[in-house]
Amino acid sequence: MQRRDFGRLLAGLALTPALAGKTFAAEWDSILAAARGQTVYWHAWGGDPKINAFIAWVGEQAQDRYGVTLEQVKLAATTEAVARVQSEQAAGQTTGGAVDLIWINGENFAAMKSAGLLFGPFAESLPNWPLVDTTGKPATVTDFTLPTDGFESPWAMAQLVFEYDSVSVKEPPQTLDALGEWIVANPGRFTYPQPPDYLGTTFLKQVLYGTIPDPALLQKPVEDATYTDLTAPLWAFLDRIHPALWRQGRAFPANEPALGQLLADGEILISFAFNPGRASAEIAAGNLTDTIRTFTLQGGTIGNASFVAIPFNAAHREGAQVIANLLLDPEVQARAQDPAILGFQTVLNLQALAPADKSRFDALDLGVATLPPDRLGPVLLEPHASWMTRLSDDWVKRFGVAE
Amino acid sequence: MTLVLENLTVDHGDRRLVSLDLRIEGGEITTLMAPSGSGKSTALNAIIGTLPQGFARSGRVLLNGRDLTRLPTRLRRIGLLFQDDLLFPHLSVGGNLGFALPSGPDRTKRIAAALASVGLDGYAPRDPATLSGGERARVALLRCLLAEPEALLLDEPFSRLDAALRDRTRSLVFDRARNLGLPVLLVTHDAQDADAAGGPVLTPLGLPAR
Amino acid sequence: MILRALPRLTLALMAGPVLAGLAGTAYPALRDGARAFRDLAAWTGLPRAAALSLGTGLASTALSLFLCTLVLAALHGTPTFARIRSLLAPLLAVPHAAAALGIAFLIAPSGWIARALSPWATGWTAPPDLLILNDPYGLSLTLGLVAKEVPFLLLMALSSINQTDPDRRLTTAATLGYGRVAAFVLTVFPTLYPLIRLPVYAVLAYAMTVVDMALILGPTLPPTLSQQIAAWQMAPSLTKQGTAAAGAILQLGLVLVALALWRAVEVGARRFLTRQAALGHRAAGADLPSRLLALLAAGTLGFGLFAGLAALALWSVAADWRFPEAFPHGISLSAWAIASPDLLPATALTLGIALAATFAAAMLTLACLEAETRFGLTATPRAMLLLYLPLLVPQIVFLPGLQTLALTMQIQGTWPAVAAVHLVFVLPYVFLSLAPAYRTLDPRYATTARALGATEARVFWRLRLPLLLAPVLTASAVGMAVSIGQYLPTLLVGGGRVTTLTTEAVALSSGGNRRVIGTFALLQLLLPALCFWLAIALPRMVWRNRRGMQT
Repeated sequence: MQRRDFGRLLAGLALTPALAGKTFAAEWDSILAAARGQTVYWHAWGGDPKINAFIAWVGEQAQDRYGVTLEQVKLAATTEAVARVQSEQAAGQTTGGAVDLIWINGENFAAMKSAGLLFGPFAESLPNWPLVDTTGKPATVTDFTLPTDGFESPWAMAQLVFEYDSVSVKEPPQTLDALGEWIVANPGRFTYPQPPDYLGTTFLKQVLYGTIPDPALLQKPVEDATYTDLTAPLWAFLDRIHPALWRQGRAFPANEPALGQLLADGEILISFAFNPGRASAEIAAGNLTDTIRTFTLQGGTIGNASFVAIPFNAAHREGAQVIANLLLDPEVQARAQDPAILGFQTVLNLQALAPADKSRFDALDLGVATLPPDRLGPVLLEPHASWMTRLSDDWVKRFGVAE
Repeated sequence: MTLVLENLTVDHGDRRLVSLDLRIEGGEITTLMAPSGSGKSTALNAIIGTLPQGFARSGRVLLNGRDLTRLPTRLRRIGLLFQDDLLFPHLSVGGNLGFALPSGPDRTKRIAAALASVGLDGYAPRDPATLSGGERARVALLRCLLAEPEALLLDEPFSRLDAALRDRTRSLVFDRARNLGLPVLLVTHDAQDADAAGGPVLTPLGLPAR
Repeated sequence: MILRALPRLTLALMAGPVLAGLAGTAYPALRDGARAFRDLAAWTGLPRAAALSLGTGLASTALSLFLCTLVLAALHGTPTFARIRSLLAPLLAVPHAAAALGIAFLIAPSGWIARALSPWATGWTAPPDLLILNDPYGLSLTLGLVAKEVPFLLLMALSSINQTDPDRRLTTAATLGYGRVAAFVLTVFPTLYPLIRLPVYAVLAYAMTVVDMALILGPTLPPTLSQQIAAWQMAPSLTKQGTAAAGAILQLGLVLVALALWRAVEVGARRFLTRQAALGHRAAGADLPSRLLALLAAGTLGFGLFAGLAALALWSVAADWRFPEAFPHGISLSAWAIASPDLLPATALTLGIALAATFAAAMLTLACLEAETRFGLTATPRAMLLLYLPLLVPQIVFLPGLQTLALTMQIQGTWPAVAAVHLVFVLPYVFLSLAPAYRTLDPRYATTARALGATEARVFWRLRLPLLLAPVLTASAVGMAVSIGQYLPTLLVGGGRVTTLTTEAVALSSGGNRRVIGTFALLQLLLPALCFWLAIALPRMVWRNRRGMQT
C-alpha cells in the first residue's frame, strides 16, 4: 500500500515538470490564438520620434509573427493613461477598456498596483521570461523598492548619465561637489527639468544620494521624524546652485527632451539623461554635435528599468501579453540597444542567450559618446517611491513659485 | 382678368397704413402715389403676402374670383417688378428666364423667342452683370411675364432709369400688360409715371391723390 | 414642423453638453465636504496662478481690442486695409498651438531673431541666458494670444461693421472737421462694439483658460491656473482629480469675475466716449500717429506670425542648423521621412473629424437661418448667449465632466464622439460667420422668385444657396480650422486613441525635437489654409462668368 503510494508519488514527481510544461505551452498557445487579429493599444509617451519609430517596428514584427496589430497611443505624460484607467474604473467599465498596455514604472506603477488597476501576475509566465537577468539586474523585478510581483514586465534598462560638450568642458566633474562648483563657476550653463517631471526628480534623488550620510535609508519609506534633517544638505546644495542655473533658476525645461534640446542648441554645456546611449543616438541622428561625451559620478548613478503593464480591464489582454513577450525577444532587445535605433540597455542576461542571439549584441557598435559597461560605474537602486513624491512636493513648495 | 382689393386694410400698432377698396380690370393700370414711408410698400406686401410680423391685415385680395388672402406668395400668380431689376447674379440671362418659365417643352426656344421679342436676340448665355440698364429692365420684365402671372404689381420700376430710357421702358411694360390683359397696380412717387399710366391715382389710404 | 423647431434644438445641442459637463465637474469638487477646495488652497502657487490667469487674460484681451480698434480707425477703407483684410483669413486659420510654436521658434534666445542678429550685432556665439519664453509674468503668452486674437476680432468686427453704416458716418464726421480716428471712435465704434461684445467676451474667457498655448509659451513657476488644472487632471492619484475639479470651479469663478470687471469698464468707457463726443474735439492731430502705430502693430503681428511659421517650415527641412547661423547648412527631408508613418494617419483622421463636424455644423446653421428667414424668427440676445456658451464657458471647466459622461456612454475614444464634441465648438463659429451674409441677402430676391411661383425649397436650393456659396464655403473653412485646432476636447474625449495633428504636435512639443515639431505644426496649419484657399478659389471658379458674383 505504502509502496504503491510512494511509487505513484515518484511517477507523479517525474511527470510534473513535463505536465506543467505542457499546460504552460498549451496556455500560451491559447493566448496566441486569442491574440491573433487583436489590435493592441499601447499607451506610451510619444515625445521621442526614435522611440515611436521603434514601437512602429515592433508593431510590424507583431503583425508578421503573431497577427497582432499594435497601435501606439502617444502620450504627453504616462499619467494620462493612468488617469484614463482610473476614470474607466470610476465609470464602472470593468471590461473592454481603452488601454491595453502601458509603458510604466515608479509611482505610476505603485499607484495602479495598489488600486488594483492592473491585470496579473502575468510577466513570469511569459515564454521569454527565463532570459531576463533578474539577479544581475535586480531593477527588473524591483520597481522603486516595490516588488513587481509579475504585474509588469521589463523591456529596457536605464541609468542616469551626464552629457557634456567636450569642446567647452575639458574636465567633466567626477563628484557631486565638483559638479556644484562647476555650475557656480559657469553660470547659466546647467539646469534640470522642472519637478515633478520624472528626470528632474531623479536629479534630486541623485543629489540626495550624494548628500545623505546613510544611503541605505533611501530603500525605506520616508519617515517624518528624520526627513527634514536628511534632506537639509540637498536643499542647501540647490540653494547654492540655483542662482547659477540657466535663466537663474527662474524657469526650467519641461522634461528630458527639452533638456536635451538645450544641450543641442548650446544653451547649456552639461546635461543628463536616463539613457547611457542617448547622446550617441542623437549624434547619429544629426541632432547633437559630435563633440558631446558622457560621464557618470564616482559612487554611481541611479538606474532603473522600464516596464509594460496591462490594465485590469484591458480589452485585448492576450494581445498585450504577446507584445510584452515580444519585447523580451533577443532580436527586439538587440535592436533597442543599437545606438542608431534607441541605445537602451537590455534587460536580458547575455550569458543565458543562444550564441546566435548573443552575437547580435556583440556586433553592436556602442557609438562615439557611450561609455562601455565597465566604465558606467555602479548602478544605484531607485529610492522608495515615497521619496520621489515627497521630494517633488517639497521642491514645488520651495521653488514652485518664483519670486 | 380682374384684381380686387376688398376692404383691404393694414394697421401697425394703432396706425392705419393701408385702406383700399378697389377693382382693377384687365388692361387697366391703377396707381398708388404717395411720398416714401407712407404705406406704399406695406400695401404691396399685403397684396403679395409678405407682410412682416407686427402688421395687422383685414379684408381680402381676389384675383379672377380666387381669394388670395391666405395663399403663399408663390401660388398667388401676381407678377412683381421692383425698382432694382434683381436679376439673379449667379444665373445667366437665359437661366433667369428659365427660372421663371413653368416646366414644359421647348424651353430654349421659348426663351430665345421671348428675348427676340424685346430686341435681345442671342442674349440667353450672357452674364446679367454685363447688360446695360435698359437691357436689364427688359430681361426683368420678361422674367416676370414668362411665369404667366394674372396680375402685375410694379414697385417704382422705372425710378432708377434715366429719362429717355424710362419713357421707352414704361411704354414697353404698359403695352405688354395691356396686350396680355393684365390688371396692373403701379406704386410710385413720380407724377409722370402716374400720368403715363392713365388710370385712377390713389393714396394708400384710398383717397384720390390729386 | 421640424425646421421650425430646429433653432431651439440646435441651441439645446450647444448648451446641453456644456451644462452636463459642468455638472460632471462640480460633483467631484463638492464631494466629501469641500476637501478638494482645501487641497486646492494648500497649493502655494494658487494666488500667483490665479493672478496670472486674470492678468494674461485681461491684458491680452484689452490689447487685442485696442489694436483691432486702432487698425480699423486708422486704416479702414484704405488700400492698406484691403491688404490686411486679405491676410486675416490665413492668419485666423493658424491653430493656436502652431502659432505658439512658431512664435517660440522666433523669440527664444536660440530662436530666429537672435540668430539673425548674431554674432554681428549682438556678439553672441551661444544663445544668451535670457528668460524670454515661459517668463514669470506671462508676457510671451500675452504676445502669442494677441497675435492670434487681433485677427479674430478684426474679422468679427468686419462682419458687423456695415450694420453701423461706417462710410456715411465717417464722411459726415469728416465734413464736420473731425479727424479719421476721432470720427471712427466717436461715431462708429459705439455702435460697433455691442455687435462684437460676445466675441470679445469669448476672447477673454479663452485667453484666461488656454492650455495648449500656455504649455508652450506660458510661465511655469507657477504655471497659469488652467495649465495646473490640466496637470492635476492627468495626475495618477484620484485626490488630485478632486483638486483639479475644485480648480476648474475656481477658474470658472475667475472668468466670471473678469467678465464682470470688463462689463464695468465697458459702462465707464461708454460714458466717457459719449461725453467726449459732445465736447467737439476734432482731434485731427491724432490721425498720423495712430496711423503709424496701427501700421506698426499690424506689421509686427503679421510679420511675427508669418516669420514664426516660416521658421517652423524651415526647421522641418533643416539638415544641420547650429546657433548662431541664420540659416541651416543644408536641406534634409529626414524629419518628414521619420514622421510620415504618423503624419499620414493623423492627417486623415484630422480631416475626417473636421469634415464630419463642419458638415453637421453647416447643415444645422443653414437650417436655423432658413427657419429664421421662413418663419420670421429673430435671434434673441438670450439665444445668442446660449450659442456662445461653449465659447464662454472655458473648456478646462466642463470637458472633464463631459469626458466622464462619454465614458459612461461607452463612446469615449471613438472618432465620432470626438467629432460630436468638436461640433459643439465648431457650430458657434460657423453660425457667426455665416449669419451676417445670410441675413443681409436682399429679401426681394426671394420675393421675386416666389412671385415667379418658386417653392420655399426651390428658393433655398436654386437661389439662396448658390448666391451664398462663397460665405457658406468661408464659414465651412472657419469650421474646419476650428476643428483642426482643437486640443483639449480631442485629448479628453478621444481618450488618447484619437490622434490628430494637433494632439501629436502638442505631445511632441514636450519632446523638443524642432524638426519633427516643424513637420506636424506645418501640416496642422497647412490644412486649414488649404480650406480657406478652396473657400476663395471655388466660388471664383464656379462664378468666373458672372461679374455680379465677384466679390
